[in-house]
Amino acid sequence: MNNEVVKETGTENIVKVSYSGVKWKQFIGLMKSLLKNKMAVFGGMIVGIYFFVALFAPWLAPYDPYEIDLLNKLQPPSMDHLMGTDDKGRDIFSRIIVGSRLSLAVGVISVLIGAFFGIILGLVSGYYGKWLDTLIMRFIDVLLAFPGILLALAIISALGPNLINVMIAVGIFSIPTFARIVRGSTLAEKKMEYVDAIKAMGASDVRILFVHILPNILSPIIVQGTLRLATAILTAAGLSFLGMGAQPPLPEWGAMLSNGRNFLWSAPHVATFPGLTIALIVMGFNLLGDGLRDVLDPRMKQ
Amino acid sequence: MAVFIIRRLLQMIPVLLGVTLVVFLIMQMVPGDPAVLLAGESATEEQVEELRRQLGLDQPLIVQYVEYVKNVIQGDLGTSIRSNRPVLDEILVRLPVTIELAFWSIIITIVLGMFAGIISAMKQNSLTDIGIMIFALIGVSLPNFWLGLMLILYFSVNIQIFPVAGWGSFAHVILPAITLGTSGAAIVARMTRSSMLEVIRQDYIRTARAKGVKERYITYKHALKNALIPVVTVVGLQFGALLGGTVLTETVFAINGVGRMMIDAIRMRDLPLVQGSILFVSFIFVFVNMVVDIIYRLLNKRIDLN
Repeated sequence: MNNEVVKETGTENIVKVSYSGVKWKQFIGLMKSLLKNKMAVFGGMIVGIYFFVALFAPWLAPYDPYEIDLLNKLQPPSMDHLMGTDDKGRDIFSRIIVGSRLSLAVGVISVLIGAFFGIILGLVSGYYGKWLDTLIMRFIDVLLAFPGILLALAIISALGPNLINVMIAVGIFSIPTFARIVRGSTLAEKKMEYVDAIKAMGASDVRILFVHILPNILSPIIVQGTLRLATAILTAAGLSFLGMGAQPPLPEWGAMLSNGRNFLWSAPHVATFPGLTIALIVMGFNLLGDGLRDVLDPRMKQ
Repeated sequence: MAVFIIRRLLQMIPVLLGVTLVVFLIMQMVPGDPAVLLAGESATEEQVEELRRQLGLDQPLIVQYVEYVKNVIQGDLGTSIRSNRPVLDEILVRLPVTIELAFWSIIITIVLGMFAGIISAMKQNSLTDIGIMIFALIGVSLPNFWLGLMLILYFSVNIQIFPVAGWGSFAHVILPAITLGTSGAAIVARMTRSSMLEVIRQDYIRTARAKGVKERYITYKHALKNALIPVVTVVGLQFGALLGGTVLTETVFAINGVGRMMIDAIRMRDLPLVQGSILFVSFIFVFVNMVVDIIYRLLNKRIDLN
């Protein structure tokens, strides 16, 4: 028994070394072709800049995003305040910079929630098939039967409006996309010979699914994850705009935009800049996602 | 075909049941005792108990759910806490406005999207194509609530050719419909373009060309018909996004439709109204999806969706 374990881990290691070598070469190749895709590079740069800003927000913001200065309220953009000030005299540029942490965190965490559950459901559904597949796929159909953000709204109406619940709601809203993609890829992958081979070696189902199948179907998951980040950020901002997400005085972009609505006549810049900020990052993720799809998933190339 | 339609109708039943179950379960997550919530703060312990019995809240969850489904089937979506009127009445009063908005938006999505997509495909890699595709990329990336505000700012505040908000005349419809229809149009344009490009490469198009059929005729008669098949599915999916989007658009333009009612209901914690309207709109979407599937089937006789 002991001997067997040693043998198995022994071969595993050898396989792994060469496997990761191939993967590394593949990765370099993929990066090269991704860099040739101008749109993807542009998208990647936008995304990179946003993450950089979010990471170093406290040092980059010229003013305290919460500091109220009523003497300088609703100032148009100037050299002092690049994007002007809001109704409480707060510097909009600083608020947008610090708010990038909120919006990106909400986007990333909700997509991770959706991916986590979606991947598990998709793997189980595709691998086991039969009644389990039917059951899971009907459940996914039901989630998809809620138009647009209504499912997220229903969840928030029950749990209460705040950013944590937005992440949960948008996360659940993302489950179907991942589940369907992963199911489809798993169906194709489980017919491969290597899966039979590992099965014959006595590997457990959990091991087959997570150690062997999952790494091989990562490409479509990464593509979908990137595109989904765009949707998640848009949806979360929309929920905050409706007052169902971030609450004042948090500098969340959707909430800032909602506040700016009240001054559309006197100070249109209050609503303009947060909206542009959202549009740009969503475009960044869309471009990057499209580029990744062309490189990683040539079958889906449009 | 009749068999297909009947089968498709029957397939709707489990989905609709699933939707009621999800909405029912979500409402169970509401913190606090619904009987206390309904009875109000001044109610005595006995009054709350009485209300709980009346509403069947003392029954096990499964009994409550069966009761709920029975009521939904009979068109009883409960009673609004605020107005004390049946939820269904509240929805039906506002539904025409939302349907009108959704109708014009889907027209924009389809017409603008397909038109742009066809032109783009016909002039592949030209400046026109690149321009349209850049517009489409911006279209999918814009938050529609922001687009709405910017349209108001430009067309209603600056040059004042459209009303700022409200509903009534055709002029009121234009900005909200553009707001709601833009992202869908962008997605349909991309889909139409790629679908057209794929079809044009097919052998039968080459055959038609070789036969000397006019280019215009090939585009509209041969290519378009087949290119539209996948587009139909996208339009169906967009209709869902659009129904959900009415919530935001109606809020931006202060339109008194079902979407805005839903948001007001969530703010006022009028949960029966929230629950009922989400259920109602989802039912519409399930129904539209079925219609789309049937159209898809009519257009594409090759596939067998059994």
